[in-house]
Order: sequence, then C-alpha cells, then structure tokens
Amino acid sequence: MKTTAEHLLRELAPQVLGAVVRRYGDFGAAEDAVQEALTAAALQWPARGVPENPRAWLIQVAARKLTDQIRSESARRRRETKIVHETSAEENMVSPFEDANEEQDDSLVLLFMCCHPALTRPSAIALTLRAVGGLTTAEIASAFFVPEATMAQRISRAKQSIRSSAVGFVLPPPEERTQKLGEVLHVLYLIFNEGYAASAGNAHQRVDLASEAIRLTRAAHELLPENGDVSGLLALMILTDARRGARSGPNGEIVPLDEQDRSLWDNRAIVEGTQLVSDAMSRGAVGPYLLQAAIAALHDEARRPEDTDWPQIAALYGVLMGLGDNPMVQLNHAVAVAMVRGPAQGLALLEPLDRDPRIKDHHRLAAVRAHLFERSGQIAAALRCYEAAVDKTASVPERNYLLLKIARLRAN
Amino acid sequence: MKFMLMMHAPRGNGDYQIDQWKPEEFRAHIQFMKDLNKGLREAGEFVGGEGLTPPGQARLVRSRGEGAPEVTDGPFAESKEFLVGYWIVDVEDAERAYAIAGKISTAPGPGGNPLGIVIEVRQVMSAPPDSL
Repeated sequence: MKTTAEHLLRELAPQVLGAVVRRYGDFGAAEDAVQEALTAAALQWPARGVPENPRAWLIQVAARKLTDQIRSESARRRRETKIVHETSAEENMVSPFEDANEEQDDSLVLLFMCCHPALTRPSAIALTLRAVGGLTTAEIASAFFVPEATMAQRISRAKQSIRSSAVGFVLPPPEERTQKLGEVLHVLYLIFNEGYAASAGNAHQRVDLASEAIRLTRAAHELLPENGDVSGLLALMILTDARRGARSGPNGEIVPLDEQDRSLWDNRAIVEGTQLVSDAMSRGAVGPYLLQAAIAALHDEARRPEDTDWPQIAALYGVLMGLGDNPMVQLNHAVAVAMVRGPAQGLALLEPLDRDPRIKDHHRLAAVRAHLFERSGQIAAALRCYEAAVDKTASVPERNYLLLKIARLRAN
Repeated sequence: MKFMLMMHAPRGNGDYQIDQWKPEEFRAHIQFMKDLNKGLREAGEFVGGEGLTPPGQARLVRSRGEGAPEVTDGPFAESKEFLVGYWIVDVEDAERAYAIAGKISTAPGPGGNPLGIVIEVRQVMSAPPDSL
C-alpha cells in the first residue's frame, strides 16, 4: 500500500522537475537533483511531517543539490554550465506560486521530452517512469526484472540522447504535436501492457506498472481534457484493468473473457471508463484508442458472456480496420465476426493473415484459429493449432493457458 | 524484450581450440569480450552473463526416484558442441538481439580472424500476454 507521502511525492515529481529544468536548463543534472530531493523527502517527511509547502521544499532542496553538484565539478565544467554561480540557490529558486498554467505545461513538456523519438522504447519507458512518474531507479529496475545498474545506465543513456538531440524545454510546435502525442501515448500503453504481464506472472511486484500507467495517463488527461486519443487510452486502460481480479487462474494462466467470474470485475472502474468513452465520443474525432475503449466497454457492460453485444463489437472493429492497416485488428475482427456468424466465417477471415508477414507466425493467430476450430468441433485441427501457438508464445501466463487448453481437449 | 544469447563452441578439432592460441590472439579475444560487455552495460541492455568452465568439468545430475541423485562425470562425447558462455540482454526488439549476437560471432580468434562462432538466440519467456 502506498503511503500518503509517497503518493504526494510521485504527484509532485514532474512539477518540481519542470520548475527546476525551466530555471537551470540542464535536464540531465536537474533530473538527478530532483531524484535526490525526492529521496531526501521520502526519508525525512514520515518522521518530521510533510512541510507546509512540499513543492517549494522539494524545489529548494533540488536546487541546492544541483548547485552543490556543479560546484564540486571542475572549473572548466563550471564555466560551461548555464548556472549563474554568483547567486545562491535560494535566490535562483523558482517561486512556488508561479503561474499554474506554466506548471501544467511543464508536466506536459516533460512527457514529450521523455517520449522523444530519439530514444529507444525501453529508454523512453524508463525515463518517463522516473522523470514524470517519480519512481526510483531501483523500483523501475525491479518492475522490469533487470539489475539496478542496468536501469541506471539506461536512464543515463536516455538523458544523454536528449542532451545530444538538443530538444529545448518547450512544447513541440502545434504541427508536430499530434504525432509526438502519439509517441507519448504509445509509451504509456507499453507501460500498462508490461504491468499486465508482471501482475499475471509475479504477484509480489513492488511497483504496479499498470496502476502507474493509469496514473500517468490520468495526469495527461487532466492536462489535455479535450483530446480524444488521451481520453480513449485512459478509458481503455481503466476498462481493461477493471477485469484484473478475474483474469488469471490458480496456475497464473490467463482466464479468457468468457470464463471470467464477472462478479470480480471492478464496477466503479467500469462506470468511470464507460463515462470517459461516451464523453469523448460526443466530442467528435474518434481514434483507435477510443474505439478500442468502446469495445472494452461493451465487454465490461455484459453481465454474462452471452449478453455481449458482438454485432456492435464486430462493427467497431470494422471501423478500426478503416483507420489503418493493422493485422491484429483484422484478427480481432475475425473473432467478433465468428461470434456473430459462426466459426466458419471467422476462419475464412483468418486466411489472408497467413500471407501477412507481420502476423503469419504470431502465436495469437494460431491461438485464435485453434479456438475457432474447437468451436466448430474440429478437435484434431484445434489441437494442432494450440500446439503451434504454444511453440510461438513468449508469455508464461499465455503458454500455461494454452497448455491447459490442450490438456482439457485431450482429456475429453 | 529479454533474450538469452548462447555461445556454442565446436568440440574436438573445431576452430575453437582456445588453449592452442598465441598470447596476443587470446588477449585480443578477451579485450573484444570486455569491450562488448562494456558497451552493453553502458546502453543499459546487459541483464547478466557469464563464461562457463570447460565441458571436462561438467557433471550430469539426474534423479532416479528414491535415494541420492545420480551424478555422471563429463566430458560427454555425444554432443558435438558445448556451451562456452551466455548473455541475457534486455533490448528493444529481436533485431537488436540478433545484431548483438552477430557482433559476438565476430569475436577474433587465431590470426585475429573472426571466429564465426554460432550464437543461439532465444527469447526469455517474459513477454506480456495479449491483454488488450
């Protein structure tokens, strides 16, 4: 359970970093200094109480760390830095009562910066969790099951890339913003998905990446409340996470939607996610995340599997197919069509996917085909496809699900 | 995505008779591996990795049900290759893992020539399931 102080610190992290970067310029050094300030707060606040203005406290401590750090470096390095040494850290300090708009922009600028296209995806994920999410390197490392030194290097390399690509601490110009926002949302989506893996395979996770992804996306939504893609992604995450309690079995295997105990679904989350979807839908422009969220909402609203509005889901996948050439969408569309018009129709829609190099060897194509063969009573073909899927998956919960499926089919 | 890169050397009279190399050839090989690992560490991709003792020191351990497990001494003539060492890397995609493996395969041997050792690349089962 997260403590209040911890919660507050993570909330404040991007604001504090934004203020410090804005004032001192050097993102890499500022990020280190803010981390140190957060650590100091995590140690001191529980014992001494939270200061009256926690944000100002953090900015002040970070500014001091930053100036200390720079003073201790060589004279040559010092001449190059942007810090004015004649003034003290306190004088340099940003007023905690600065314009609220600027504060909001800061968090947004940070998100764009951390998800910069110059970074590899793993680097962008790590940097976002640390700089915007306020997590420690150790927490991020343990969430991804890599040594802390590896994660520290990854973060430091990411900061170097940002420095060398010379991105200023400003919002991207409007003409680039949509594309860059797409990159940000994709990184948040990957964090959520990673959390899904970790929670299924490893129950003793200190940092819950799915919840972190939701928190970060929620923050992005507060900054851009009118943006349909952000609302859509947030809704998709909330509506997917609502099924968390029901989606894995005793062996850590996936429990498919139609076998889940729906009384374990989180109704409050479903209400919130559904509301987000209908609000965003009413505002116009409907993108892929919003459509996927609308599909998730249709699943979540069905009290029993047989109540699922499959015709509507098939129609929404049809719309999604029109937005872009994505074989995974075609696959899901085939599943929905099979639910409406029978497995043979679904199987026919899978055929073109065998010629698509992006998906022809994907375990999910084999698994879906297996499922449709099973439903149409072609057990031998189903077994063959389930076995092919087992050979192709790289996910333990998924493999366990497939193996159990095979074992059950064989037993009958 | 995590991958395990396994370096398999041919047994017997293959090219990898490391105990027959000249000192400078051996040093160049070690330097290559050190540089490679340094690069992987600095990129934040190195999760783990070790070199292994030669197959002569290997033991096969097997439970026969009741009692102590059976321990058999090596070397084991039936296998044509043996595992020299391994890496676990956490990288953006499979292509990157193949690129690292390709680099390892160019490790220098006798005469400074690339050994062309086969590197087996296997994804670690840590991928997220299809959830969304």
